[in-house]
Amino acid sequence: MSWIASIQKLKEKGVIGMNYRNIELIGRYNSRDKYPLVDNKLITKKIAQEAGIAVTELYAKIEWQSELNRLHDILAPYENFAIKPVHGSGGKGIIVITHREGDVFIKANGESMTLLQIRDHISNILSGLYSLGGRYDVAIIEKLVVFDPVFQNFSYEGVPDIRIIVYKGYPLMAMMRCPTHQSNGKANLHQGAVGVGIDIGTGRALNAVMHNHPIQTHPNTKHDFAELQIPQWEKILHIAATCYDMTGLGYLGTDIVFDENFGPLLLELNARPGLAIQIANDKGERHRVERVDKEKEGKSVEERVRFSMDVLSKI
Amino acid sequence: MSSKLQVFAIAFVLAALGFFVTWYKIVYLDIPITPNERQSLFTISAEITLTGDNAPAHISMALPSPQTGMKIISQESESGEFGYTITKTAEGDRAEWAKRTVEGDANIFYKITVVPEPFYKVLTDESIIVPEEPNQIVEPTEEGVLSLWEESDRSAALTLIDTVRKRSADPISFTAELIWQFNAKQPVESVSALLNMKGQNKLSLITTLLDQENIQHRKVRGIYLEDGQKGRRLTTMIEVKDGNDWEFFDLEQGHIVKPANFFVWQRGNETLFKTKGLAKSKLRFAVTETQVPVSSLAQANKLASNSEFLNFSLYTLPSSQQNAFKQILLVPMGVLIVVILRILIGIRTMGTFMPVLFALAFIQTTLVSGLIMFFVIVFSGLFIRFYLSRLRLLLVARISAVIIVVIAIMSIMSIVSYKLGITQVLTITFFPMIILSWTIERMSILWEEEGGREVMIQGGGSLIVAVLAYFAMDNELVMYLSFTFPELLLVILAMIILIGRYTGYRITELLRFAPLGR
Repeated sequence: MSWIASIQKLKEKGVIGMNYRNIELIGRYNSRDKYPLVDNKLITKKIAQEAGIAVTELYAKIEWQSELNRLHDILAPYENFAIKPVHGSGGKGIIVITHREGDVFIKANGESMTLLQIRDHISNILSGLYSLGGRYDVAIIEKLVVFDPVFQNFSYEGVPDIRIIVYKGYPLMAMMRCPTHQSNGKANLHQGAVGVGIDIGTGRALNAVMHNHPIQTHPNTKHDFAELQIPQWEKILHIAATCYDMTGLGYLGTDIVFDENFGPLLLELNARPGLAIQIANDKGERHRVERVDKEKEGKSVEERVRFSMDVLSKI
Repeated sequence: MSSKLQVFAIAFVLAALGFFVTWYKIVYLDIPITPNERQSLFTISAEITLTGDNAPAHISMALPSPQTGMKIISQESESGEFGYTITKTAEGDRAEWAKRTVEGDANIFYKITVVPEPFYKVLTDESIIVPEEPNQIVEPTEEGVLSLWEESDRSAALTLIDTVRKRSADPISFTAELIWQFNAKQPVESVSALLNMKGQNKLSLITTLLDQENIQHRKVRGIYLEDGQKGRRLTTMIEVKDGNDWEFFDLEQGHIVKPANFFVWQRGNETLFKTKGLAKSKLRFAVTETQVPVSSLAQANKLASNSEFLNFSLYTLPSSQQNAFKQILLVPMGVLIVVILRILIGIRTMGTFMPVLFALAFIQTTLVSGLIMFFVIVFSGLFIRFYLSRLRLLLVARISAVIIVVIAIMSIMSIVSYKLGITQVLTITFFPMIILSWTIERMSILWEEEGGREVMIQGGGSLIVAVLAYFAMDNELVMYLSFTFPELLLVILAMIILIGRYTGYRITELLRFAPLGR
């Protein structure tokens, strides 16, 4: 592997760059008026439920700094939970509390937090520190996802999620993001989570990369990614494809988690999905995009999912 | 038309328009393309040396009027304790200096800066200065103005006039012949006789004889613009009226065209210099030449010329606004650099245009000291920000606190460095402190969220972009072009529009996608 890719080679593989994504996909198919549907997690939750998609349960929302005085009471009923900014993106500003030890809250990575620290964090969320464009934000407290033990071997100190790119309603490409010790339990590839390319036809792992380098096994659990098979794959694709009809966004990133009790849950949507998924799949998105462009519009969710599994997965 | 085609069309039209106007200004309005073209600038200084008489003193000197072919850039009087006023007279302005008592020696300087400019036209015609005509005051007898002369001199003069008149046809040829007679190697008897008269010289004789012949004439005093002249008197020439035009006569060469480098100090028959209440006084002239870049003169010459087109030039603005625009017009260049580095290269920065603001600040502070100040402020700001985060303040209050801390750091740096004699640091005020505070805030958040590595990547990227934008903007040629040819903005706009539709890979993506290049 050379340290730089040739343009020729990238074109052959159909790799798309940021500029292409911004102009030809996001600029063309994602109209701005639909952004609030995905940028606001509360709205996403609402429309997903209306579309019959399962989402993580909402415990509480905090809109005003003054509500923080009641924070102790708000959190009292819950042993574990996640705090998120409603307008956050890329996992910014999320804290996951797995359990309590007396007065302190223990995070997924084992670090402890006092109530005061949580309060400060929420205060920052409300001030807009993590929101797009720095506007005032709302914090939500959600039920913690208990991820399915089938992923136990491929995750460390965090919840793995499945990112599926949906183009014009067709699941285009998928990857699983597995937290590592290095990524601090976050499913963020920039911070060192492992990106595992998933075969859109079968739900099996294709290829794995960490910090852009191909790997075979999870660095912490030492399990071979080749063993990874995502259960209920077709149902997951179904959820992803439905998100297109629900939002009308032509180029969409859907993040899905797998809960032990509830099965696949929609975690969040992204109108500006990243391109690292191509590295995880060792494949570019462009050929599939062009194949979808040849299809007639107006197909049902089932038809689109079948097309993706049967046709797109072979491209 | 597809949007892609429209983009190309718009970009083409904008670029073509920008280049066309620039080309027009270069070719037809003769505006230099580079700021390196140099032009001569002459400083003529009139030096009055005087010795006081312990009495009220008054000094009066004729001043030059605007004239065709010579652009006067500035005039100033350096007269120390003398009161200085300008009086307007029929024959042009006069400088008047006065002082209640003058003791001992003193000097007065009057400096005037001039650029020879062949196409420069003065709208007020200099022919309006018409000397009082002595031949209309004195009764036109046969003796005329010669009536006061002694008999022998008068007859010599009349003989000479007679000779000259026979050999000429009109006032012009008469004057030319008269001057020729005075300059002949072996002058005729009458000329020698006249030249021997007491209190007369060639100039006064010629003017008297012209008066006698009722020929309208005036004196022209001036100086040749040649470098290194010192202690000179003005050269006197004569102009003779022929119809509506004044013709130029040199006392040595006769009828000539006015030399291009002859700067006229005074026209008319009024005295150049007179004093009252002084023991001694002397007026001498000096000329020095300096070469200056055209651009700094541009306001004063070509661009403020009579072209209607250029009435819309930025050079017509008041100079304080001009300086503001010089800065503002550099911003598109910096923005272009940001566009190239972000879209074509793919460098990540903190805040899209933050680097341009810092580049503008670096122009004021110079690069090295600007970078040092940046690091000092950012590091001390980060340190304080980490402490502030422990105080658990609301975001807006915290950033406001950082702003005040940044201002305090800037003040302390300024005071300390000033005491140490490093005046360079005083330019720190050009730093955009609000942006700086936001940068500190973002850096510390980024640090907490994504780790120091990301801070280094984005902070370093921002600085690289800022430094490159600085080099693109702090460039004499760019500064000159952007201000003199603001239509080049359209070309930059066209480039940015074109780059805005680039869908290919960024250079950094070739690295990022290297695993896919197998």
